[in-house]
Amino acid sequence: MAKAKGAIVVDVERCKGCQVCMVNCPTDTIGMAEAVNGKGYHYAYMKDPESCTGCTNCAVVCPDGVITVYRVKKN
Amino acid sequence: MEVKEIIRPENLVYKRTPLLTDAYLSYCPGCGHGTVHRLIMEVVEEMGIQEDTIGIAPVGCSVLAYDFMDIDCSQAAHGRAPAVATGIKRLWPDKYVFTYQGDGDLAAIGTGETIHACNRGENITIFFVNNGIYGMTGGQMAPTTLEGMKSSTSPYGRNNETMGPPYKITELVAQLEGTHYVTRQAVHKPGPVRKAKKAIRKALELQKENKGLSFIEFVSNCNAGWKMTPNDSNIWMEENMFPFYPMGDIKVDGKLVNG
Ligand SMILES: Cc1ncc(C[n+]2csc(CCOP(=O)(O)OP(=O)(O)O)c2C)c(N)n1
Ligand code: SF4
Ligand code: SF4
Ligand code: SF4
Ligand SMILES: [Mg+2]
Repeated sequence: MAKAKGAIVVDVERCKGCQVCMVNCPTDTIGMAEAVNGKGYHYAYMKDPESCTGCTNCAVVCPDGVITVYRVKKN
Repeated sequence: MEVKEIIRPENLVYKRTPLLTDAYLSYCPGCGHGTVHRLIMEVVEEMGIQEDTIGIAPVGCSVLAYDFMDIDCSQAAHGRAPAVATGIKRLWPDKYVFTYQGDGDLAAIGTGETIHACNRGENITIFFVNNGIYGMTGGQMAPTTLEGMKSSTSPYGRNNETMGPPYKITELVAQLEGTHYVTRQAVHKPGPVRKAKKAIRKALELQKENKGLSFIEFVSNCNAGWKMTPNDSNIWMEENMFPFYPMGDIKVDGKLVNG
């Protein structure tokens, strides 16, 4: 069966490190970086890029509209 | 498959709507206001009505909504957004006019404007973000603050006997003849976000049909005022706010759902 494979891009400077995306990711793809952005927030990143399915859950719950999502069908 | 092979324009499935301006949202990390802003702008974009939509910002944390939404906006004195929206809509009946208000704005100082705009059935949409507190001014008790809930003006918890009980203005306005569509939504999880977006679309489409007033409450968090982390505030909201402010439609097509 064709399974979707995804990836997210985080607009690092816009991220406020709230972690709402992280708890709403069904595949535990997202972690918070140890580094901080210009505002001092630990920003979201793909800690396990292999697991992302491109479901968009993280992007639709992000209060700051920080996440862009890409998806391809893989066989 | 390499990440860089996936991140290509032809594989794009979600991006921030260009109807949100580039300004950094002034909200605390994890605050639901940002999500509600985005959903409204996504619907305006998808309906292709950017040039025909006018929003009225309130007093409260969302006072700067006009900086974040790339549409024509006005801003009203505390609680008076429905009166301003009434004037604008009557002058431009073909425009889509909405107010965006918090619970202190809509259900405390602006109660009169809210009730009477709803009762007159003005052909506008009211977006009501209920976080059970005055967020902007430092977390004072609002009419929506739950029994027992601590705030800076109810430090031992709201006492219904001395402070009065919280009230559900959304159920109240649903009783009025002028309201056509009244619903309660949330934006803290993907499922509720998708439902809330559908409700926003429905409300704006109803304006085209001159059906009367549509009213959407979003039960939301104020993690700063509640003194919790964003995710803890969302859990607390589900456990404490949702039982008192239950999710779902209250009035559809001018008829009470449980009437
Ligand atoms: C006439 C007037 N009275 C009081 C205030 C102070 N004030 C500013 S915001 C606010 C409460 C806002 O609470 P809410 O509408 O719930 O918005 P939130 O910040 O929680 O989103 C108050 C009382 C004011 N600006 N103007
Ligand atoms: S939800 Fe948005 S702002 Fe919050 S941590 Fe995730 S990407 Fe950052
Ligand atoms: S798109 Fe879905 S799977 Fe990928 S990081 Fe976001 S929530 Fe997780
Ligand atoms: S004070 Fe509360 S309502 Fe205001 S931005 Fe912060 S979390 Fe949101
Ligand atoms: Mg409030």
